[in-house]
Amino acid sequence: MDMAPHISPACGGLMRAGELASAGALAPRWQPGAAHALHAEVFAPATEGSGAGLALALARDGLRTAARAAGAGAGMGAEAEEKPVLWVQDKRARRLAGTPYRPGLPRWLAHRLIHVAADKPEDALFALEEGVRCRDLACVIGELAGNPKALDFTASRRLTLAAERHGVPLVMVRLDAEAELSSARMRWRARAAPSAPPLWNTAAPGRPAWHAELFRARGHIPGEWILRDEDDILAAERPATGTTDHGDLVPGADARSLATL
Amino acid sequence: MAIWCRELMLDRWRHSEGCGAGEGADAQPLVLIAETAHGPRIEAANALARAHGAARGMMLADARTLCPQIAVHPSDPAGDLAFLERFAVWSLRWGPWSAMDAPDGVLVDVSAVAHLFGGEARLLADVAKCCAARGLTVSAGIAPTAGAAWALAHYAAPGTVIGPDEDVAERLAGLPVAALRLDADVLLVLRRLGLKQLGDLSGMSGDTRGRDSLHRRFRNRKSPAANPLVRMDQLTGRVPEPLLPVVPMTMPIVQRRLLEPIRHRELLDQVVSDLADDMARTLEGRGEGARRLQLGMWRVDGEVVWRQLELAAATREAAHITRLFAARLDDVDAGFGIEMLRLRASWAEPLALAQADIEAAAEGHGTSLAACMDRLTVRLGAKAVRRPVLKASHLPERAQGWQPPLEAEPAHQHQLAFHQRPAKLLDRAEPIAVLYASPDGEPRRFRWRGEVFEVARVEGPERIAPEWWRENGRTRLRDYYRIEDEAGRRYWIYRNGLATDGRGGMPEWYLQGLFA
Repeated sequence: MDMAPHISPACGGLMRAGELASAGALAPRWQPGAAHALHAEVFAPATEGSGAGLALALARDGLRTAARAAGAGAGMGAEAEEKPVLWVQDKRARRLAGTPYRPGLPRWLAHRLIHVAADKPEDALFALEEGVRCRDLACVIGELAGNPKALDFTASRRLTLAAERHGVPLVMVRLDAEAELSSARMRWRARAAPSAPPLWNTAAPGRPAWHAELFRARGHIPGEWILRDEDDILAAERPATGTTDHGDLVPGADARSLATL
Repeated sequence: MAIWCRELMLDRWRHSEGCGAGEGADAQPLVLIAETAHGPRIEAANALARAHGAARGMMLADARTLCPQIAVHPSDPAGDLAFLERFAVWSLRWGPWSAMDAPDGVLVDVSAVAHLFGGEARLLADVAKCCAARGLTVSAGIAPTAGAAWALAHYAAPGTVIGPDEDVAERLAGLPVAALRLDADVLLVLRRLGLKQLGDLSGMSGDTRGRDSLHRRFRNRKSPAANPLVRMDQLTGRVPEPLLPVVPMTMPIVQRRLLEPIRHRELLDQVVSDLADDMARTLEGRGEGARRLQLGMWRVDGEVVWRQLELAAATREAAHITRLFAARLDDVDAGFGIEMLRLRASWAEPLALAQADIEAAAEGHGTSLAACMDRLTVRLGAKAVRRPVLKASHLPERAQGWQPPLEAEPAHQHQLAFHQRPAKLLDRAEPIAVLYASPDGEPRRFRWRGEVFEVARVEGPERIAPEWWRENGRTRLRDYYRIEDEAGRRYWIYRNGLATDGRGGMPEWYLQGLFA
């Protein structure tokens, strides 16, 4: 490909539509263990725990990937293992989806969780930004319900820049929210998926599984997966009924900007 | 050396009234009283009242029959104790350490000190002079042991000194047994036994038979104040008597008096940042870091506005302190202006000096965890930033408690791993309408928040009984089910009670937790 010389310095890193399409076709498909974005968003219904579950699983996967990339036997992974994790919730998210419950939290998280119960979305955003700026945190998880006015594109851009500057991953869980304009590097839509039956009691619910749809990502083409939290790894499989992957078709572009995609 | 303030309460009262002994309000019979279950009781009486027959420990009604014109004022025991503490600190001028001897005395260690004052007698004269200048009636005595000094101060002639080579028991033989600091009932026993003076006791405890009989008489009394033998041994120095010294602690404090009262926020911020710089330097000199900071602002009209700050970890970083205070100064009403600011660290912890690492500071841009927690706590309140900890309880909502984020986790029993718990718990379990095949069977379908959920898989029941030591007898047991609906949503629901348990009607169902 000798297209690079044709990009003039005046238009920076912009590409023409045809080049964009070819670049998209070449972009790697996301898979667990691949490099994670420092600012991700998970959209989920408020009546299920799948949003928080998937956010935790993604955060865990990202931490492990980062530790493997940075440490490589240098012992840096062990240090990151013990850094606290900040979980910020606003009042509505707490009322709708409950607060973290220590006896049920995953083992890697339970002993190092710091919970912030903010009242207003503004306070929650402040706490998220402070958390992202803190070098002693392993990652930050934010949980906001609905589409608060305070969380506009500027606010999400602030969070993205802070997270990328300080290297602290941020995963936002958006309960019952419309996917409005946002600068998050990876945007997921999650809902619960039927779990695999456990080995001994097939009538009981098994290990958690989520139907996750990556509808916008920088550096990855969109796709759908069934993600399972196997004890130590995040397992992904393509959904059985999956037709050809064509990204996210706009459901009804009446009131929304096309840039929300 | 023991110093006994003979009339501590009256001296303090006279001081508060601003009159000398026998003048002004003190020129008439007067008593200080304490309220008791049986009515007011006299705690102290002045000389005139004593002449009229009032005495300490008498009921006020009895004293009024003797002297109807007696004046009455309430006593202030807490204030007396606080005064005694200050007095103990003040009396450090006579020795390296001093201890309080509640309710109205002070013990000062004057070993090898007396020559600085020109001898024991001149030391006691200095004590008498200094205390008289402060309006305190005291008597003091010097002896090799604390017990002997106490006995001298209370029962010997003022200014008595027992040297280190003298026989304490012999010198004190003529004092009453009350000089042993014994309880009233023990004194009564000794009086009935005919042991009235220390000489009687030391004569008995000197030979083996007398000591044995005394030991048998008081063999059940372990505390020194109830056992005359122990007190006697303490007096003569055969048994050690530990004392708790009073150590004055000074609080790091910095202040700025301003030439012109300030009324504007920018100037206030500047002064606060200067104060934080000063405080950082003060704390650095002491090798400490502040945990609690209080900023007082004196206004021109005399009002004082206080702002308090609690920090998650000891710090002496001026920029951090300034930033935290800046968030708390928005609602300060300056009125006609603020003319003085004072910053004090009322709680400081040791913090070692650390070398400022240029390389690390340039590399790690972010804030530290403690600073982050401080900023969150200052804006959101201490209740909002917490860490979940396990509590010993079977009830799900009681199995989790909260504690400040940086505190060490308390020791707890290991969790049982064979029960699955939801990752999120609703603050309050929400009632749901359930369809079931049999009243004590598994749920088939339920309605929650206006939505119908078809139960596809279920595990349960896990029966959790109420905590009978905490609840009343009507509380019902809970049967918990882990369920998954057809879409794969996983919940934790429970049935509150059984239809047949006789503790109410048909049981209700609740949804309490959301699995990941």
